[in-house]
Amino acid sequence: MMSDRVLGGVGLALAAFYAWAATIIPEPFSSDAIGPDGFPIILAIVLAISSLYFVLKPDPDPQWPALNRLAELGFALLVMFAYAQVLPVFGFVFSTIIITAYLTWRLGAGPMASILNGIGTSIGLFVIFELLFGLSLADGPLGF
Amino acid sequence: MDTFVQLYDGFAVALSWQNLLLALAGCFLGTMMGALPGLGPANGVAILIPLAFTLGLDAVAALILLTSVYYGAMYGGRISSILLNIPGDEPAMMTCLDGYPMAQAGRAGEALALSGVASFVGAFFATWGLVFLAPLLVQIALLFGPGEYFVLYTLAFATLGGIAASNQAKSAFAAALGIAIAMIGVDTQTGVQRFTFGEVHLYDGIDFLIAIVGLFALSEVFVFLENRGSHEGGKDSGKMKIGRVTPSFKLLRYCTPTMIRSTVLGFISGVLPGAGASLGSFLAYSVEKQVSDPRSETFGKGDPRGVAAPEAGNNAASGGALVPMLALGVPGSGTTAVLLAVLLTLNIQPGPLLFQNNPDVVWGLIAALFIGNFMLLALNIPMVGLFTRVLLVPTHILMPIVAMIAFIGIYSITGSTFELSMMVGFGALGWVLRKLDVPLVPIILGILLGNEMEVNLRRAMTISNGEWTALFDSWLAITLWTIAIVGFVLPIFLGKRVKKKMKQAEEEGPLSD
Repeated sequence: MMSDRVLGGVGLALAAFYAWAATIIPEPFSSDAIGPDGFPIILAIVLAISSLYFVLKPDPDPQWPALNRLAELGFALLVMFAYAQVLPVFGFVFSTIIITAYLTWRLGAGPMASILNGIGTSIGLFVIFELLFGLSLADGPLGF
Repeated sequence: MDTFVQLYDGFAVALSWQNLLLALAGCFLGTMMGALPGLGPANGVAILIPLAFTLGLDAVAALILLTSVYYGAMYGGRISSILLNIPGDEPAMMTCLDGYPMAQAGRAGEALALSGVASFVGAFFATWGLVFLAPLLVQIALLFGPGEYFVLYTLAFATLGGIAASNQAKSAFAAALGIAIAMIGVDTQTGVQRFTFGEVHLYDGIDFLIAIVGLFALSEVFVFLENRGSHEGGKDSGKMKIGRVTPSFKLLRYCTPTMIRSTVLGFISGVLPGAGASLGSFLAYSVEKQVSDPRSETFGKGDPRGVAAPEAGNNAASGGALVPMLALGVPGSGTTAVLLAVLLTLNIQPGPLLFQNNPDVVWGLIAALFIGNFMLLALNIPMVGLFTRVLLVPTHILMPIVAMIAFIGIYSITGSTFELSMMVGFGALGWVLRKLDVPLVPIILGILLGNEMEVNLRRAMTISNGEWTALFDSWLAITLWTIAIVGFVLPIFLGKRVKKKMKQAEEEGPLSD
């Protein structure tokens, strides 16, 4: 019940924000019958109506994971964001070893197996995609 | 006989060494991805699109590779259904019902072989259906003006949830969200910036590949992280005795009527908007049960016909789903939405004009599907043992690799950390929405079709001088509106019941004993 109500609230806020953002679209020099903001306003209305429905007639709550598992997910999310940031700094091979090892460990493997999988995955993908297929993966200070 | 000439030309395109090799690679990869639980056809194709694009394959070659993956995944989904009682992908759910009991009775090899043949029959005849039906649909589509196209897109969104949709408000919300995301960036008609707030990275809009890979592939990683330890799959497949892997002639003949019935049903539900492969296999199974075993004496206890029916059904449906996708440019299911993304990445706009402007692409693709079918049959009967071994790879090794391939793909097309972060954001969003039962497919389809939908609406309005009644002034438009409204409203009354039936069928099956 509560989850859907929250979703509805977020959806309503989103619809309002979207409609506002549509009204500040600069006036073009030449415009057609409905202009660049007509369709977005219709979308905002659909978003608002469906969100209202969630608030008024919510579905039963899904089973949310326990707090520690939620923290686990949040941390994995952070690690992935960090990976995106450091990729061009440290290069593909090094960054990928770290993140793969982390994910493997968190998905339930032992520490040693995780490090091995990290190294194997990283080098394997590097060989396949950069050396074999010639994609340019992120280069680090050492050139890989 | 025009069709045959064009099909012949198509074979000339598809039968080059490079394309044959790509088809083989695609079939192999696809079967593997289908077999692995948690990596279905939509995810599998999604993570491969950016790669096929950056590898510099030409349009036909890339399409052949990726549709082979699609067909392959449809074949592969049955393997884990039969051996582990875990469907490799959603359409393979019904195969568990009789496949797993057959495996428990020591007839795993037979079940695998039979389902391989049934998959072949379904897919092969559905491809013929595609050959004949798509050009007919093109004839109708040529009558469409911008107004009709707008209504057609509305219809696609209205029916996307399908008959089993439980909450239409959530489907509508998802569709509007997807289209809203598509609006970000330069307005193609007037050149003004919309919803970019001065962020340079958003000027070109959000690349749909980022959204697809994030929502489909990366959110799967979060699901696995969430459920770690709660269900252990892939442990006992090695111990399962496979038995003989060639189906006996007698068994095939016994199941032939089943396969024919299921192929027809599957194909029809594939073509219809909002049905797709899952419903195809469900319908095929339940009708077959009514016809051959009305008192449920053998179905659910390892009846070979219960294996053949859903497999022929879902593979026929996946062929049928290509009809509206190619002829109208409107996909009816998640996986065909991903295939639409493939075409758009390659700068090919599907729809009636595709058949006129790029006949080599269409017919080359169709020919490749035929070839792929034979390859899959050849791969799946003798080499099924190899694919079953793939199931032994634990998810903690597999899922990080999937995530990394997703990162590589997006990095190789954008080369920017901003876009990678955005993909991660979509991954998290996908997990939350899945939890809340908000379907992801309408979001994807919205991002893919949103701009086209708006362009057609504005064109229609320009022609009619802003008169909104222009959207209702032809019999074609009115028919489309009617289907759209019925398709949206009907599940509100029937959805819960159909879903309950599907659940019941699942629970009455092998799980209850």
